[in-house]
Amino acid sequence: MALLSVRDVTRRFGGIVAIDDVSLDVQPGQIVGLIGPNGAGKTTLFNVITRLYRPDSGRLDFEGKSLLRTPPHRIVRRGIARTFQNVELFRTMTVLDNVLVGAHSRTRPFRGGAARGHVQEVLDYVGIAGVAHRPVAGLPFGTLKRVELARALVAEPKLLLLDEPAGGLNHEEVSELGAFIRKLREDFDLTVLLVEHHMGLVMGIAERIHVLDFGRKIAEGSPDEVQRNPAVIEAYLGADASAA
Amino acid sequence: MTNFIQQIVSGLASGGIYGLLALALVLIHRSTGVINFAQGEMATLSAFVCWTLISHGWAFWPAFGATLVLSFAGGLALETTIIRPIQGGPLLGIVILTIGLLIAFNGLDTWIWGGAAKQFHGPFSTAPIRVGGVAFSKQDLGVIAVAFVVLALVGVLFTRTRLGLGLRAAAVNPDEARLVGVRVPSMLALGWGLAAVLGAIAGVMAAPSLFLEPNMMQTVLLYAFAAAVLGGMDSPLGAVVGGLLLGVLLNLVGTYVHWIGGELRLATALAVILAVLLVRPSGLFGRAAARRV
Repeated sequence: MALLSVRDVTRRFGGIVAIDDVSLDVQPGQIVGLIGPNGAGKTTLFNVITRLYRPDSGRLDFEGKSLLRTPPHRIVRRGIARTFQNVELFRTMTVLDNVLVGAHSRTRPFRGGAARGHVQEVLDYVGIAGVAHRPVAGLPFGTLKRVELARALVAEPKLLLLDEPAGGLNHEEVSELGAFIRKLREDFDLTVLLVEHHMGLVMGIAERIHVLDFGRKIAEGSPDEVQRNPAVIEAYLGADASAA
Repeated sequence: MTNFIQQIVSGLASGGIYGLLALALVLIHRSTGVINFAQGEMATLSAFVCWTLISHGWAFWPAFGATLVLSFAGGLALETTIIRPIQGGPLLGIVILTIGLLIAFNGLDTWIWGGAAKQFHGPFSTAPIRVGGVAFSKQDLGVIAVAFVVLALVGVLFTRTRLGLGLRAAAVNPDEARLVGVRVPSMLALGWGLAAVLGAIAGVMAAPSLFLEPNMMQTVLLYAFAAAVLGGMDSPLGAVVGGLLLGVLLNLVGTYVHWIGGELRLATALAVILAVLLVRPSGLFGRAAARRV
């Protein structure tokens, strides 16, 4: 059974169809890439899966049960956590507090202490223990991305959604990131759905790739299959290139 | 010299009340992002409720406990019925609404209890104690002690519990808070409920020394604002320390700067707000909020 199953999902904003009848499956334990040109609807799909947006039609199932009947704040408790393209943190709070909030769904109301041990391990794991007591406002972008990742990890997700993790990284850091995401999957027993523009990264680590263009899914397959797919080449390079 | 010490001691006593109300302002600002102009009138209303229970023969502590419970329920009800419909709109709307609530609660108090000042017998004696010519009362000490106890509880809530983190997270970034599993609407309601409780404590602690009447907390609210700004709008410790400092400052300035005297007390508090905003906008204990643009 697929861990996440998206069926015929459509989401409109006014007259614009941001996601148009998209279906895709994510199998447990896989690293799945979601690619497509700018404006293809990748982030919108993330927002629908995490219930920031409600789909206009279609079904979303996680572990065989509908996500649409789960209240938005319970999504994380079901096992889905995410990061954002532009990093969404609690600006005025410290790194430690930001990550502690991530454990919200795993702690009881008047117990903060129980989460702290686990949080400390995750801070060490992603390499930000040294800045734990600094407010996040003012830290470098790369560090903020780690804070956001740590916050997602302490929620003990089964499915981790990463929105452009390579954004703002240099060439060398990107290749480290690929290995790091693989290690994450092993160490935290994760399934990963990844939106990424950096083709080298996606093709290097994803076992399966889905391609969106103008809100529609135009291709699906292994990295090799997708790279040879004419519709994909056309979407990225224009009709002339595929004819040539 | 005796007079100097006396002024400091009296200043600390009134500063304790400013600090308690400032704590309520900080709590609601930190947990909902709102500046609540009705905080003083909410405190007065709670004090009237407590007075009514006592005048019906209740002992002080049970009456006080019941008042806190009722205030908490009132704060929750206020958020869910009146604040929530405009939550998410412009902040100015909510601020104006709290000014409306100030007027409404003030009118309600006058309508129910009349405008005449009432004696309020608190748990601490107001009889003066003299130590080397300096007079103070158990009431004065009690207020300051209560301020620090409440401060400790608020501190533990905000920094040591999941609930406090959730409250802060919901105020700073509601969308993101929801994604990590925080029930944002409940947090906002809880923020109002807790602020009403802190207001009730401030009102009941102030009533024995100020006399209970509908306008009791109006000037106190302005001093509390000055205290909160001085200490840092997001810092509970800052609110209490700011309150105590302000109380002492106002007394000393009123006594030793003759052209200020008693008449320009309020103006002095406003000057403090202005000076802090110009020199150190985040206050003594606030963190400077750098914004990435």
